[in-house]
Amino acid sequence: MSLLNNALAPGSIRLGASVSTWEEAVRLAGELLVSSGRTTVKYTDAMVETIHELGPYVVIAPGLAMPHARPSEAVLDTGMSLITLAEPVEFGNRKNDPVTVVFGLAALDHDRHLELLSEFAGKFSQPGFVNSLLSCNAESEIRSLFN
Amino acid sequence: MKIVAVCGAGIGTSVLLKMNAEKVLRTLGLTATVEAADIETARASRDAQILLATPEIVDKLQGLPSEVISIEHVFDLGEISEKLSRAML
Repeated sequence: MSLLNNALAPGSIRLGASVSTWEEAVRLAGELLVSSGRTTVKYTDAMVETIHELGPYVVIAPGLAMPHARPSEAVLDTGMSLITLAEPVEFGNRKNDPVTVVFGLAALDHDRHLELLSEFAGKFSQPGFVNSLLSCNAESEIRSLFN
Repeated sequence: MKIVAVCGAGIGTSVLLKMNAEKVLRTLGLTATVEAADIETARASRDAQILLATPEIVDKLQGLPSEVISIEHVFDLGEISEKLSRAML
């Protein structure tokens, strides 16, 4: 199994979600990390607070947000969650809005998720990868893109 | 030469920036140490020649002795390459 598919625990992927604000999108990404056993609810609050404090810098590429917060006791295990949005939302990022794909990221520390992010970077360096994710209608299609 | 990629938490955006900066440096044939750090760590260490960050974070890095480069698209190796080579060459 790829590191990405391993990081995306069962129950951590939601396709075609309906949200109306960036905060709802980030909270849903957080809820999926909680329900798949990777974080506690406090981590969701921390992700939202980080964006309130520092702005929409988690929108790292056109259409793609990767909300995250510092490693803390709220992180039970390194993991990710993935949402594709039925309707794009604005995060307030001048260059990369609107967002259609949201990856929640939780890390236990500063080191143990580096290979995972390297795999992530390899995928998203491919032009059109965000659109490939958006065209998936089933979790199995998403997982095969990450293999 | 030391380059520090900076983000709010030091685990996500900054790590991706660091990886892509290292890729670009290899392609350009340039040598530098690249680290990832959160804003507080980057502000406290002050020993980097170049700081890389997304635009929202750049505002929080003013007043340091390093050159601060703003990267808008973390996966755009062209943008990183152009801006890094302008700063280093």
